[in-house]
Amino acid sequence: MRASNIAFRAALALGMVLAGFAVAHADPASVERGRYLATAGDCASCHTALNGAPFAGGRVVGTPFGGIPTPNITFDRATGIGAWTKDEFYLAMHEGVSRDGTLLYPAFPFTSYTRMTRADVDAVYDFLGTVARVSRKNDEPQLSWPYSMRSLMSAWRLLYFDKGEYVPDPSKSAAWNRGAYLVQGPGHCNDCHTARNSLGATVSSPRLAGGLIPVQDWYASDLSMAKGGGLANFRQQDIVDLLKTGRSARGTAFGPMAEVVQMSTQYLSDDDLAAIATYLQSLPPRPAPDQGNDIDASASMARGQKIYADSCADCHGVSGTGVAGVYPPLDANSSVAEPVGVNAIRIVLSGGFAPVTAGNRRPYSMPPFAQKLSDQEVADVTTYIRRSWGNNAPPVQIDDVRKYRSTPTY
Amino acid sequence: MSRLLCCAAMLLALLSTGMAAHAAPTDAPKVPDTLKQRIASCTACHGESGEGSDNAFFPRLAGKPQGYLVRQLQDFRNGLRHYAIMEYTVRPLDDDYLREIAGYFAAQDVPYRTHPVPSMTAAQKARGEQLVTQGDKARGVPACTACHGSNLTGVQPDIPGLIGLPYDYLSAQLGSWRTDTRRAAAPDCMATIVSHLSDADISAAAAYLASHPIPDDPRPQAAGSVTMPLRCGSVGS
Ligand code: HEC
Ligand code: HEC
Ligand code: HEC
Ligand code: HEC
Ligand code: HEC
Repeated sequence: MRASNIAFRAALALGMVLAGFAVAHADPASVERGRYLATAGDCASCHTALNGAPFAGGRVVGTPFGGIPTPNITFDRATGIGAWTKDEFYLAMHEGVSRDGTLLYPAFPFTSYTRMTRADVDAVYDFLGTVARVSRKNDEPQLSWPYSMRSLMSAWRLLYFDKGEYVPDPSKSAAWNRGAYLVQGPGHCNDCHTARNSLGATVSSPRLAGGLIPVQDWYASDLSMAKGGGLANFRQQDIVDLLKTGRSARGTAFGPMAEVVQMSTQYLSDDDLAAIATYLQSLPPRPAPDQGNDIDASASMARGQKIYADSCADCHGVSGTGVAGVYPPLDANSSVAEPVGVNAIRIVLSGGFAPVTAGNRRPYSMPPFAQKLSDQEVADVTTYIRRSWGNNAPPVQIDDVRKYRSTPTY
Repeated sequence: MSRLLCCAAMLLALLSTGMAAHAAPTDAPKVPDTLKQRIASCTACHGESGEGSDNAFFPRLAGKPQGYLVRQLQDFRNGLRHYAIMEYTVRPLDDDYLREIAGYFAAQDVPYRTHPVPSMTAAQKARGEQLVTQGDKARGVPACTACHGSNLTGVQPDIPGLIGLPYDYLSAQLGSWRTDTRRAAAPDCMATIVSHLSDADISAAAAYLASHPIPDDPRPQAAGSVTMPLRCGSVGS
């Protein structure tokens, strides 16, 4: 009788401890903040397989060294991170070290998440604790030797990893600091908008200077106010519009940026989007890249002009002004003028839709020209739009088109 | 006096904004606010009304059951069915928009194009006809007509017709179930059926279907008018 009473009390106490454990994950304000930050960090986009359960991992992040599958970050104890403490989670986000001490690859953008505050990382943890738990075993990375040696990561870190939470700049406004925090931290914009060196490190200086995303072969624009592939012609509202609706008076989001807008930035508050724009607009313009003026492109330009008049002007306008809210302008468009020319070539080949967002439910689209125009014609019309009106970017060559015609579309 | 001035200033302001509104879109084209205009990408390949291309490389969409078309678009988006440019094109679109676009093509009623008919030996023709109209019990293959309709025109809202499709497309689709580049929601009945067909069977069935005349009424049969011999995850859910 007594013994069973004790057993009962013990069971009750245990039950309370267990319940307490669960309740500890559920401070509603923190969960909500965590949900917002996880959206800003776009965790679901990488940690969800096509057609898979949210946050249960399985999407493979491509790198030039091989594919790195994302792990299950639901709170399933056996296959996810349900057994992790807040400290362990912070270590992963802040230093890129997994619970068992494994050094994580920078395909996981901890190099940006390290800028997040402890309180924000804890909130993300609280939120993940509320996500439906899914039992799904992690896959092994498909890296080729020697990149498959995780131990190499320690040397990589010494060279390239700049650990540390964001330090506000007291000489700047609250909005600027908020914008800088979102861009450098959870938004991990630098993960794409920068050049990477041969070891897969984002080149730390200058940050956000734009670069070709390896494997995916899209050029992520320079996010400073630079001309020729930067945001020189964007007003604050244009940046906000692009991030909120996927289109703006200066250009449309496509490729990987369409996914960023669709999954992440469209859900940010207007204040936060304005803060991001404020920060980006303060980045000093870099010198405009080489304009290729030493190359004689006049023959290509003449052919390109005719193709443009026949095939493009109906939508984008004879002077490349586009149609407000419908077709993007090509004049002063950073994706047209970026240094490599890959964005314009690939869009001409494949056409496509602007992304569906709450602010653009039924987007217009562009026809593909891959089956209509030869490599030479694509090179000509792309050269034409890159060097007409206010644009002055290097001409593209037939070999560039040949190369990207066979690029698999991501 | 000052009132007048103020009004004059306002009038001027109105006039000048009015002028700006007129002056801005110098050569900006006027864009029709229609679905057809919005889907210029799709129609560039599949034709204005989804009639498909002459060379049959881009399949016909016109008149196919809406539920089937929606499912294909979702399957391309979700990585069940593979074709690079289709996957890229539909990736940024959501279910609501895909349903609307599918509805557009499902509602089109345009004549079928004729395609070159592959040459068949008498034995191939007989085998094709057998598979399509009777199936092969011994190999566990039901008749194609059991699901695709007695006239092979498909069944609303989820089962496609098998008429007017060129040989290359048919054999490529059947082959892709075998190579796992096309899958449908589980249970994937077509994957099961194809796994019971030999390469020669696939050629024979595809050739027979490609040479099958277009029936007078090519529209899909009414919903619920077939009793399927196997369960298909993509039908009726
Ligand atoms: C660009 C894609 C990408 C994004 C965005 C991303 N991750 Fe990851 N994450 C990865 C990859 C890839 C790994 C595995 C790295 C490895 O195997 O070394 C990973 C690993 C992790 C791990 C370690 C898990 C383990 O079992 O070791 C955690 C925790 C994690 N991510 C949390 C997050 C959170 C939280 C977010 C959003 C704030 C996020 N990730 C956003 C790609 C991403
Ligand atoms: C039917 C209208 C239409 C035609 C014709 C058309 N486009 Fe487009 N174009 C669009 C739409 C809509 C977008 C935005 C969708 C996207 O980016 O995928 C776009 C985007 C672009 C972009 C990327 C700019 C950005 O900010 O998104 C480039 C470059 C471009 N078009 C060039 C051309 C060229 C060159 C031609 C002729 C060979 C052409 N377009 C013909 C409608 C059209
Ligand atoms: C997964 C890679 C990726 C991430 C992460 C990313 N971008 Fe982009 N972004 C791109 C690419 C590629 C382009 C060029 C294509 C385009 O114009 O849409 C681009 C273009 C842009 C443009 C210019 C659009 C135009 O029309 O020229 C802006 C502004 C922008 N990004 C802002 C951001 C901000 C702010 C963040 C962080 C919150 C961010 N991006 C994160 C890949 C990315
Ligand atoms: C670049 C040309 C191209 C564009 C653009 C394109 N398609 Fe396709 N589409 C194809 C090809 C080729 C196939 C056949 C793929 C295969 O072999 O599986 C296809 C297949 C399909 C199918 C499956 C047909 C069936 O009977 O199973 C549907 C539905 C479809 N497309 C709809 C669309 C819609 C809607 C759009 C616009 C949102 C679109 N396509 C844009 C080329 C294109
Ligand atoms: C049990 C019902 C069933 C039977 C029997 C059946 N099919 Fe199907 N078939 C389907 C369904 C359902 C689909 C649509 C699958 C999807 O959603 O992708 C389909 C799709 C197809 C397609 C793709 C059509 C397109 O436009 O891309 C082909 C080709 C096809 N079937 C051929 C056959 C042949 C040949 C046979 C006989 C040997 C057959 N089917 C027997 C149910 C059936």
